[in-house]
Amino acid sequence: MKTIQFELNGETTRVSVMPEESLLGAIREQLGLTGTKFGCGSGYCGSCTVIVDGEAVRSCVTPATDVEGSAVLTIEGLAKNGSLHPLQDEFVKLDALQCGYCTPGMIMNAYGLLLSNPEPSREEVVIAMDENLCRCGAHTRIIQAIQNAGKRMTKIATP
Amino acid sequence: MKTDKQYNERLFKSMGNPHEIDRRGFMKRIGGGLVVAFSIGELPLRGGIFQGRDEAPGVNAYLRIGEDGRVKLYVGKVELGQGPITSLPMELADELDVKLEMVDMIMADTDLCPWNEGTYGSLSTRTFGEVLRKAAARARALLLEMAARELNVAVENLEVNEGVVTSTSDSSLSITYAQLTRGKEILETSSGKVKMKKRSEFKIMGKPRLRVDSTEKVTGKAKYAGDIQLPGMLQARILRPPSLGARLTSVDLSAAEAVEGVKVVKDGDLVAVLHPTRHMAEVALGLIKAEWEEEELDLDHDSIFDLALKVSTESRTLDSAGDLSQGEKEADQIFDVTYKDPYIAHSPMENHTATAVLEDGRMKVWASCQTPYPTKENVAEEVGMEVNDVQLLPIFVGGGFGGKIYNPQALEAARLAKLTGKPVQLVYSREEEFMYDRLRPAALLKIKSGLDKEGRITHWDFAVHLGGGREAPHFYDIPNHRTRALFPPRGTDSHPFFTGAWRAPSVNTNSFARESQIDIMAAAAGVDPLEFRLRHLESNPRMSHVLKMGAEHFGWTPAKGPSGRGYGMAAGVDVGTDVVVFIEVEVDKTTGYVQVKRALSCQDMGMVVNPQGAIIQAEGCMLMGLGYALREEIQFEGRKMLTRNFDTYSITQFNMVPELEALLVDSQDEIPYGGGEPPVVVMGAVVANAVFDATGARITRLPLTPERVLEALKSV
Repeated sequence: MKTIQFELNGETTRVSVMPEESLLGAIREQLGLTGTKFGCGSGYCGSCTVIVDGEAVRSCVTPATDVEGSAVLTIEGLAKNGSLHPLQDEFVKLDALQCGYCTPGMIMNAYGLLLSNPEPSREEVVIAMDENLCRCGAHTRIIQAIQNAGKRMTKIATP
Repeated sequence: MKTDKQYNERLFKSMGNPHEIDRRGFMKRIGGGLVVAFSIGELPLRGGIFQGRDEAPGVNAYLRIGEDGRVKLYVGKVELGQGPITSLPMELADELDVKLEMVDMIMADTDLCPWNEGTYGSLSTRTFGEVLRKAAARARALLLEMAARELNVAVENLEVNEGVVTSTSDSSLSITYAQLTRGKEILETSSGKVKMKKRSEFKIMGKPRLRVDSTEKVTGKAKYAGDIQLPGMLQARILRPPSLGARLTSVDLSAAEAVEGVKVVKDGDLVAVLHPTRHMAEVALGLIKAEWEEEELDLDHDSIFDLALKVSTESRTLDSAGDLSQGEKEADQIFDVTYKDPYIAHSPMENHTATAVLEDGRMKVWASCQTPYPTKENVAEEVGMEVNDVQLLPIFVGGGFGGKIYNPQALEAARLAKLTGKPVQLVYSREEEFMYDRLRPAALLKIKSGLDKEGRITHWDFAVHLGGGREAPHFYDIPNHRTRALFPPRGTDSHPFFTGAWRAPSVNTNSFARESQIDIMAAAAGVDPLEFRLRHLESNPRMSHVLKMGAEHFGWTPAKGPSGRGYGMAAGVDVGTDVVVFIEVEVDKTTGYVQVKRALSCQDMGMVVNPQGAIIQAEGCMLMGLGYALREEIQFEGRKMLTRNFDTYSITQFNMVPELEALLVDSQDEIPYGGGEPPVVVMGAVVANAVFDATGARITRLPLTPERVLEALKSV
């Protein structure tokens, strides 16, 4: 067992993990944040996507020990002061989900995209989101929600 | 008021021990106020799962109007993403005349909600909606009678608006539903005829509404079966064979047992390791030394089609008319084509998952499950408990598509909870999800048909081998025809894997063959495929209308195939809904890659409760269907599945997504038909037809992988 310290949704967090244990396991089972989902366990589907130091990563194939000293953001940390993040809000407004199981991973992956590319084109969204799988078929609405959110956030950033 | 003892018994059957439950007990559990329990004993179902049966058992609904005026709706249905959490309250609120926001849903808590067969087959709106609306209409009528007494105004002179009953002649005379039910304990059980609102009276139904569960889902607060966390809970991993049917010949558990904190269970055929973390359970599982005797079976994803033909010796004629030999005589051209459709998986993003705990003699289970009531019975049997000592609890389900009708994980989790005395969570790995999925069965289809000199279809002989017969009969004007389903003798197991209902079971397969064959003949006749279909649909104005409406919005212009444009169309029927899809594709002739550029669906599904939800279901069907049309295929050797995870099984991804449009025919005066499946049924055919139109290559085996497209291009 190794105790690691990192920032989780803005709070300093300590947790004891086994050397090979995944970040997903630590977040869900030990820290009780179940918004991040287990989908394939091998990094193929993106349901477990979280942000580590500003980049979207697959938490099911990221060893928990890798985030020592890092800042981790999960779906639970996205809404601020009770108001939804523009990405969350656009997903709601456009009904960009059905069963909702892939949704946290979709939103976190899109968050990572918007950090590096605040106003992505449709093609850029498609490339960035391509490895996040959705079985219900909400793709077109997800693309639109991400582009709308990007526009809104750019407006907020540059008044 | 008709109160019938039999209905009462049926209504209360699953609520607890029927001998112990009385009205008082029922009211106590559900709370005071006005409770209306409504049942339809006999409801003719139109097509679908119950085809051929006269009634759906136990179709019933409860609603309760509490002292605060809020309406609690108890339903046995499950929210899988398809939207009843939004559409069912719309139906209730409209019939009852309350604000939609006043309705609280309690879904599939088997202790509180009425029995339900399961959430599949587009049944929720089609059959359950009617019961719900009647329950609400009955409640409204009762409340009006109560208001009439309180206000001393005749019922005819009262109106209701958002839960407030007012005299039409004196608006100062009014009373709310909450006031009417305060301090009361009224239980009303009804069945039979109740007048529902007409279209012109709808205030909520028919108007688009956003999902009510999305805020929970975008914030990560929505709970799925694997999100339940209980004190002392163990994560379970089960030892699985390398191939289905393999027999465990020896097992050495010592290394796994030596892992600190790990509990190893061996109970008959069940070998499991449990630990508070999935990681350590996984580590221990890897330390088990097991030897297996595998079944030998000379079969794979190619040879299955030879087997399909060989073993399907029994035949059932589903539809026939005229004389096939007469048709053959009249034919100028004969078309004898074989179609192949592989095994495909449901692969919802959430694997089969269950959390179970034995508490005070009762087994509580949260399961990713489309059938909570049958599952409850199965769990009870598995752990040797009374049915009513098992409770399935409400939970969001991360996609089902028919795959979560069957729930081995719930049985295994409950069994392990009983054996260990601890709360147990079992989350299937993706590999287990594929291996134990109830796959869409592989099928081989043969169609023999003919055209006369004028380009009219002379005959049609359709046979589906090993697939199912649902929607196999065609809907065109063909004088001589026969449709048969061929299958192995009863009791023979020909599939190497479990098979089951995959979104619109059999309909995808049958529509693929039928609509491909129609297109083949249209091209041979030198007639535009839309025109060719319409000529053979003179006696079917409903389908003709759907085709014409879709074609107009798509911008279809007549051309005989292959036109080089990459346009395709296909028509289908699913649970009473007529549906067409039009697409445009681009085929890369050097790689064989097919890119769908735009897709448009048009469907007549009868009355629509939530147009927004219906459109989203149609969009989802088109996108999901592109997966099976272009890439999904289970690969296997014998009973060993080679498809293990999403690296070897590809579903629709963002790069495949076309411009999308979904149209609904306005049929609000009709009854509702199916809305959860329609466009998915024609996606295989429409892609094959568009690829033919683009290239002249006709592909008769799904999916249309780049390799198959390249191969087919060689013979053009």
